[in-house]
Amino acid sequence: MSDTAILFKNVSRHFGEIRAVDNVELEINDGEFFSMLGPSGSGKTTCLRMIAGFDRPTSGQIILYGQDVSNLPPYERPVNTVFQDYALFPHMTIEENIGYGLMIKGIAKDERAQRVEEMLKLVRLPGYGQRKPSQLSGGQRQRVALARALINHPKVLLLDEPLGALDLKLRQQMQVELKNIQREVGITFIFVTHDQEEALTMSDRIAVFNEGKIEQVGSPADVYEHPSTPFVAGFVGTSNLVSGEVAQRITGSSKRFSVRPEKIHLAKSNEQAASDMFVANGSVRDVVYLGLYTRYLVELEGGGDLVVVEQNLKTTSMDVTGVKGQKVQLFWKKDHVSYVGG
Amino acid sequence: MLNRVSTFFYKRPRLVLALFLAPPLLWFLVVYIGALITLLINSFFYLDGFTGQVVREFTLQTYAKLLIPTNLQIFARTTVMAILVTIASVILAFPLAYYIARFASPRMKTWLYVAVTLPLWTSYVVRVYSWKLILAQEGIISWFAQLIHLDGLLNWYLSHDLVGGPSLAVSPTGIFIVFVYIWLPYMVIPIQTALERVPKSLIEASGDLGATPAQTFRTVLLPLSFPGVVAGSIFTFSLTLGDFIVPQLFGTSSFYIGKAVLTYQGTSGNIPLAAAFTMGPIVIMIVYLLIARKLGAFDAL
Repeated sequence: MSDTAILFKNVSRHFGEIRAVDNVELEINDGEFFSMLGPSGSGKTTCLRMIAGFDRPTSGQIILYGQDVSNLPPYERPVNTVFQDYALFPHMTIEENIGYGLMIKGIAKDERAQRVEEMLKLVRLPGYGQRKPSQLSGGQRQRVALARALINHPKVLLLDEPLGALDLKLRQQMQVELKNIQREVGITFIFVTHDQEEALTMSDRIAVFNEGKIEQVGSPADVYEHPSTPFVAGFVGTSNLVSGEVAQRITGSSKRFSVRPEKIHLAKSNEQAASDMFVANGSVRDVVYLGLYTRYLVELEGGGDLVVVEQNLKTTSMDVTGVKGQKVQLFWKKDHVSYVGG
Repeated sequence: MLNRVSTFFYKRPRLVLALFLAPPLLWFLVVYIGALITLLINSFFYLDGFTGQVVREFTLQTYAKLLIPTNLQIFARTTVMAILVTIASVILAFPLAYYIARFASPRMKTWLYVAVTLPLWTSYVVRVYSWKLILAQEGIISWFAQLIHLDGLLNWYLSHDLVGGPSLAVSPTGIFIVFVYIWLPYMVIPIQTALERVPKSLIEASGDLGATPAQTFRTVLLPLSFPGVVAGSIFTFSLTLGDFIVPQLFGTSSFYIGKAVLTYQGTSGNIPLAAAFTMGPIVIMIVYLLIARKLGAFDAL
């Protein structure tokens, strides 16, 4: 029992006709970094808000460490949230912001000041206590929001696209930092994002949401390498779906499958395929040189496209662009194929 | 030709700005500041009691006359009334503004907005007179008090000089009620605007961090909407300070500042004293704004 942090039992949330969350079953383990990944409107944020208590399920139950919290107001739940816009109180100093939860609990000023100081150290902002939120940069505000939530020792920390407003460099840096902080404090983190790379980087497990339902739950490697539905194959990474007659020609079965672009080897001369490989013939329709790697769009014989990515280990932009229009053979290991159904 | 003109202005943004600002600045300087200075100058003249003529010589004797106990009482009475009207307006306006800002659907919001501002579409005097009918001795309130056998209580209340009078329509309470009624929209709109600028996520964050709705109201919502409350109170407070029609129509023999000014400059031609009287509300407003600033009302501006 204690291993389960959060349990969704048949949870639905309807807004009028719209089923924002539709019969979701979910189990999140204690101490894990769990991501809810999906496009906007897929229900991931609504799920988060129902855990926080800002929204209540239309039906079903949410169990938090064995306690049914479905109808508890936010202020009675042992969870805290880092908001997308940080939601720092503009009329309070950083110290007052971080100490807010403790102040509400009626913890004495001295202890409060001391714990705020510790938190500022944890998020690497010592000495910033007397400033106002407006005097801080986006990345700093984000860390204050994190400190403000963590100081209350929540059982679960909810993060609603907290890195969305940061630029790429800062975002990558914060991803590492967040993961480190999570390891340090050992709290269950639930992270909502639409950025698949972010989810893959940080999570222990990922739930992929689509249209109010969960399509797949698994480790990053699972979700990436073995997508179980066409949607997951397309949303996490580049979609390379083949079905019908073309699939029959390649695999001997008309079952729809997905293969990741970097798993495909593009053979320019007549190479011999190993027995554990699938082979497909096609011609290169487009070449995009991206420095580190090159992306090829290959039109398959019999119709359909596959995206192939190859690192530019020995090739230059001159070499790769020359391939455009040529007939090629594609090889990939049979293990790297996921049959996605549908 | 038109092209050349637009190019000419495009290259000179400062000139464009000056042209745009000139009319309002001119208006402000000449009509507003000018009038104030004229008032200030007039307040240092005095009225010759024998000839009834204004003597244009610098003197402080008008101010000496202003500061006699009767007049100080007028200032005190008006200020207390303005404070009470302001407090009552805040208490009435806040829940309404809160509802409009946070809970009303967009359609409902429009309707409430219209409802709040609708009274401003009709003449002030008409609305004030209609209260005469409501508050009069044979008016709706007396009638209703009789109906529920509370007329004794009403009469007992009216028998107190401080708040009462011959009827509600001729009493400080009547003045108070009408003031609150006519200035309420000026309080609702700024508070509503301020509340609307408070992001929903701040209220959620407060609850998320363990604050009950009451605590959230005290620590987040009220401080953040305080500038709106102050903006509204500047309207209700200053409008009450200067108004003369309501005390005229609903007042007992006790004067209020506006009525005093009207009487001195209109009836008795004592323009210097009327001018000096006008300085009163200005000073009171300055003190009021200083207090508001001390309370941090303008920090967010």
